[in-house]
Amino acid sequence: MIRLEALTKIYPSSHGGAASVDRVSFEVGAGETCVLLGPSGCGKTTTLRMINRLVAPTSGKVFIDGRDTSAVDPVELRRTIGYVIQQIGLFPNMTVAENIGVVPRLLNWDRPRMRRRAEELLAMLALEPAEFLDRYPNELSGGQAQRVGVARALAADPPVLLMDEPFGAVDPVNREVIQDEFLRMQKSLRKTVLFVSHDIDEAVKMADRIAIFRAGRLEQYAAPDELLGRPANDFVAGFVGSDRTLKRLRRITVGDVMSPPDAASAPDAPAVAPGDDLRRVVTLFLERGVDVLRCVDAGGRLVGVVTRKAVAARLAAPANGNGPGAPLR
Amino acid sequence: METLTFILHNLPAIGERTVEHVSIVSVAVGFAILTGVPLGIAITQSQRTADTVLYLGSIVMTIPSIALFGVLIPLLSKIGQGIGYLPAVIAAMLYAQLPIVRNTYTAIRNVDPALRSAAIGMGMSTSQRLFRVEIPIALPVIIAGVRIAVVINIGVTAIAAYIGAGGLGTFISRGISQTDVRQLITGALALALLAIAADYALLWLQRRMTPKGAAARAG
Repeated sequence: MIRLEALTKIYPSSHGGAASVDRVSFEVGAGETCVLLGPSGCGKTTTLRMINRLVAPTSGKVFIDGRDTSAVDPVELRRTIGYVIQQIGLFPNMTVAENIGVVPRLLNWDRPRMRRRAEELLAMLALEPAEFLDRYPNELSGGQAQRVGVARALAADPPVLLMDEPFGAVDPVNREVIQDEFLRMQKSLRKTVLFVSHDIDEAVKMADRIAIFRAGRLEQYAAPDELLGRPANDFVAGFVGSDRTLKRLRRITVGDVMSPPDAASAPDAPAVAPGDDLRRVVTLFLERGVDVLRCVDAGGRLVGVVTRKAVAARLAAPANGNGPGAPLR
Repeated sequence: METLTFILHNLPAIGERTVEHVSIVSVAVGFAILTGVPLGIAITQSQRTADTVLYLGSIVMTIPSIALFGVLIPLLSKIGQGIGYLPAVIAAMLYAQLPIVRNTYTAIRNVDPALRSAAIGMGMSTSQRLFRVEIPIALPVIIAGVRIAVVINIGVTAIAAYIGAGGLGTFISRGISQTDVRQLITGALALALLAIAADYALLWLQRRMTPKGAAARAG
C-alpha cells in the first residue's frame, strides 16, 4: 500500500519557483494499479520519481506499507521498488539475462538462482528463454526490449512497481499486445503499480484508479468508471474527452448489467458471455438491431439477459468506488 | 644496403633501445591512465571544472617537447634528476593526459541519460553505476584515448634521447650529429614500426573491450 501525504516539489528558480507538484495526497491499495494521467508538464512523472526518491520532495511524505520512505536509505529503498521507464534503458553491455539480473545481483543472489529467475520471467512475458537469455539489447525489437525492461523491474519480486510511460515507445499494435500481457500478468502477481501515462485510453484499460493531474495539482482521483461517468470539473471532462461514455463501456461487463433470465427472453437473441464488456453488447445492439441479448456461460447455459434499458440505467448511475471499475480485492 | 648491414650488426642494440623506449612510454602512459581516467570521470560533475582542466590540457599539448624538457631540467636538477629517465617519463605523462582525460570525459558524458536514470532507479550506488554501467560502456572510447596517447608518446620519447633518456631516439640524434644516414634510417624505421605495432595492438584491445551489444549497434 502506498500513501502520499501533501507531497510537494518546488524547483527553485529566479522568480521564486512555482510548485511542480503541489500538495498531492492519495492512497493506492496493495495490488492495485493506479494510473497517473495528465498533459505533459503536469507533475505526474515528478510525483512518480518522488516515490523512489529519484527526486527529493520539497515537503510531504510517502509511506509504503506504513513506512515513511524518507527514513530509508534511498539506494536500499529503490531495490525494493521495480522501475520501468519509457526509454527502457537496458544496459547495452549486458545480455538479457544479465540485465534481468541487475537487482538480484545487487541483493547478492547466487548465479543459478538469478538464471532461473530470468528464465521464469522471460517465459511469463512470452519470450522463449533459450532464445533470448544470451542476446544483447540491440538484438531485440522494441516490443521485446520493453518486455525485458518489465522483466528486469520484476526480477527481485518487488511489491511495488513504478512505470513511467512504459509502453509509450512501442508501436500501437504491439502496445495493445503488451498491455494485454501486462494485465494478464498483473492478475496473478497483484503488484502495487503506479503507472504514468498521457493516454486516456491506456489509463481506462489498465487502471483500478486514475489520478488526473493538472499543473502540479491532483484534479480527481477515482476509479475509471467514476472518472468517466462523473468528471469532477471541466478540466477532467475535457481531458477524458466527449466520448467518455463510449470509453466507459470497456470497463463494464455483461455480468454487471445482466438480469436473471425470464421465460420471455427471446431464444433467438444474440448471445454474449458474462465476462464480455459492454462494447460487445452495444455493438450487437447496433448491428443486429435488437433490444435484448442472451447471456450464456462457457457451457452454453443461459444465465441471464441484457437489455438496452439495463445498460442505459447502468450508464446513468455511475459507480461510486465499489462498482465494477473499482479495484478487485 | 649499408643500412641493412648496420641493422643486422646492431640487432642487440636496437632491441635494447626498443626496450628503453617501451619502458618510458608504458610507465608514462600507465601513470597517465591512473591519473587521467579518474580525473576525466571527476570533471563530468562540473562543466566549469571540465572546461578549465581540458583547457590546461590543451595548453600542455602546444608546448614543444624540446622546450618542455628544457623547463624540466632546472626543476628536476634540484633532486639531481635534471636529465635522463625521470624528465622523459614526466614529459611523456603530461602529453598523455589530454587525450586520456578528454576521451574519458566525453565517453562518460555521452552515456545515455536513460541508462543512468535506470541504474539509479534500480538501486545502484554511485560506484556500482560507474563500474557496472558507465565505465564498461565508455571503455572503447577511453582506450581510443590511450591509443592516441601512446602514439604521441612514442614520438615525444624519441626527442627525449637529447636529454639522455635513451630509447630509439638515440639512433636519430647520433645519426644527425655524426651525419650517419644508416643510424638515422634505423631509428626512424624502428620508431615507425613501434608506433604502428602499438597502435594495432591497442586497436585490437579496443575492439575486444567494446561491449558486444554496443559494437553491433555501432556497426
